[in-house]
Amino acid sequence: MKIVVCVKQVPDTWAEKRLAPADSTVDRESVDGVINELDEYAIEEALRIKESAGGADSTVTVLTMGPEKATESIRKALSMGADAAVHLLDDALHGSDALQTSYALAQALGTLEWDLVVLGSESTDARMSVLPAMLAERLGVSQLTFARKVEVAGSNGSTTVRIERLTEAGYDVIEGSTPAVISVVEKINEPRYPSFKGIMAAKKKPLTTLTIADAGIESGGVGLAAASTAVTGFTEAPPRSAGTIVNDEGEGGRKLAEFLAAKKFV
Amino acid sequence: MDVTLGEEHEALRRTVEEFAREVVAPAAPGFDATGNFPYEIVRQMADMGLFGLPFPECYGGMGGDYFALCLAIEELARADSSVAITLEAGVGLGAMPLYRFGNEEQKSHWLPRLCSGTALGAFGLTEPGGGSDAGGTRTRAEIVDGEWVINGSKAFITNAGTDITELVSVTAVTGQRADGRKEISALLVPVPRAGFTAGPPYSKVGWHASDTRELAFENCRVPAANLLGERGRGYANFLSILDEGRIAIAALAVGLAQACVDASVAFAKERRSMGRAIASYQAIAFSIADMEVRAHTARLAYYAAAARLLAGQPFKKEAAMAKLYASEIAVTNARAATQVHGGYGVINDYPVARHWRDSKILEIGEGTSEVQRILIARELGLRPSV
Repeated sequence: MKIVVCVKQVPDTWAEKRLAPADSTVDRESVDGVINELDEYAIEEALRIKESAGGADSTVTVLTMGPEKATESIRKALSMGADAAVHLLDDALHGSDALQTSYALAQALGTLEWDLVVLGSESTDARMSVLPAMLAERLGVSQLTFARKVEVAGSNGSTTVRIERLTEAGYDVIEGSTPAVISVVEKINEPRYPSFKGIMAAKKKPLTTLTIADAGIESGGVGLAAASTAVTGFTEAPPRSAGTIVNDEGEGGRKLAEFLAAKKFV
Repeated sequence: MDVTLGEEHEALRRTVEEFAREVVAPAAPGFDATGNFPYEIVRQMADMGLFGLPFPECYGGMGGDYFALCLAIEELARADSSVAITLEAGVGLGAMPLYRFGNEEQKSHWLPRLCSGTALGAFGLTEPGGGSDAGGTRTRAEIVDGEWVINGSKAFITNAGTDITELVSVTAVTGQRADGRKEISALLVPVPRAGFTAGPPYSKVGWHASDTRELAFENCRVPAANLLGERGRGYANFLSILDEGRIAIAALAVGLAQACVDASVAFAKERRSMGRAIASYQAIAFSIADMEVRAHTARLAYYAAAARLLAGQPFKKEAAMAKLYASEIAVTNARAATQVHGGYGVINDYPVARHWRDSKILEIGEGTSEVQRILIARELGLRPSV
């Protein structure tokens, strides 16, 4: 089983995030970068699938599109246990939107051998949740998204992937055959912390850098200028206003209910 | 000249920082309140390989170094001292004497389990009658029918009574030296063992979830082969372990001192008084700035001591200075952070209250501040009377 995990580096979840005034893209320089949280679950799931599949030919490869700095996140993914990494690194990619990113990743995947592509179901910076579906469409393979559980069955050649797809009401069971794209939600597992041995080993694992030319990506198909969506303006969130204090003089419950109703919570 | 961390040390530090923030910090108020040993957290630390950090891979270790251990201890202590001291004692006192002074058979028997963190080791040196005083050792061991028979008691022993404790090493008087002084040797006691009893956990001011007990040996018999290191070198060997242990305790103290900064910054931005966040008052902001200076300076002190240790240079004085300074500023920071928090600082729901209770022992354990000053003065060629 050959698995590719798409890993995105995002601004630290704990830091204050900003858009760069010059081009309205996320300012990635002024804050620490971390692996997008759901992508850690994707890495963990890929490692578990690999571990249960066994066999020397089972591998997990990390695929990251991002600036030079994203190497830190790639190293972390490798220290968790991934075998190799591919970094799609090209200034021409800056400002790409979801549609273009799915094109670029699909092209990069074309340079690799894989049965499964695993992704987190959304990123903490863009929060669009569309990339896994777009990627599956571009690749023309089974689309198994929002998985809270993944089961892989069958031998090489005819492998079936069955997932429990999280819905608002419960879950659906969906099945598809490989090759397939899976996206996972945070209920699926508990990502491991890298061990020191893993950190040491990560240094020696192969990391390939691809330019857009290497991946066969048309320069007119990616980047801010060619993006099909644009951020036309943004404002800072207003500062949190002071709360309302209700003194309970026998009717606190009613006032609380009125407050919740006014805010449309009930 | 470089005091920034190398790539692997930084990656380890960040990993443990995340683990401490995400796993240890949320659980800490719970086990601080109950005093229960944090088995589940210890298991996760074991999975990360923390108990094997400074040991070679042939014994199941991680192939890292002592500085890596110190970084892990500092980051754990930023969340909770009980967890940090469990690692420090497990590695520094439980496994390290065995690694340094054990023979090949002892090492290959014990180290894999200790490195994997599935078993904990403890070291019994201190006795109820005195800590920093070798001549005061009263526990005795003699060979009877080819076995060591141990009698006596030990006090304040960390990790000695957990469900996963499998080894307790002890120092005991095994005879008299030519100069008339006591001959002290170290012995390995596998536990549980007939004649060995770990008393109930102490009721302590701080380090609530750290397992600390008094130990009793009543005709406790172990094989003659369980002598650890050379006969008569037990105390001297153990003192050399304490030298590097001081760097680890300094790291723990720096973690606590930094935790006080972290908590104070967050609190001062949130807490309002007379219409403004208290962070905007100079009295508060300067106090927190001073805390940061102390934590930073103490960190540099232990980094410097560790650098000498790794380079194979003498580090006794630097380790003593780092331990003395870091432990004293940890207490100072805890006091200052409590003051920043006002009334909330003495409420156990706030981490600083725990840090305050956990700080004082740092000036006492693994060599009191007074002992550190004696060591430093001696290194300067002075001979202060004990």
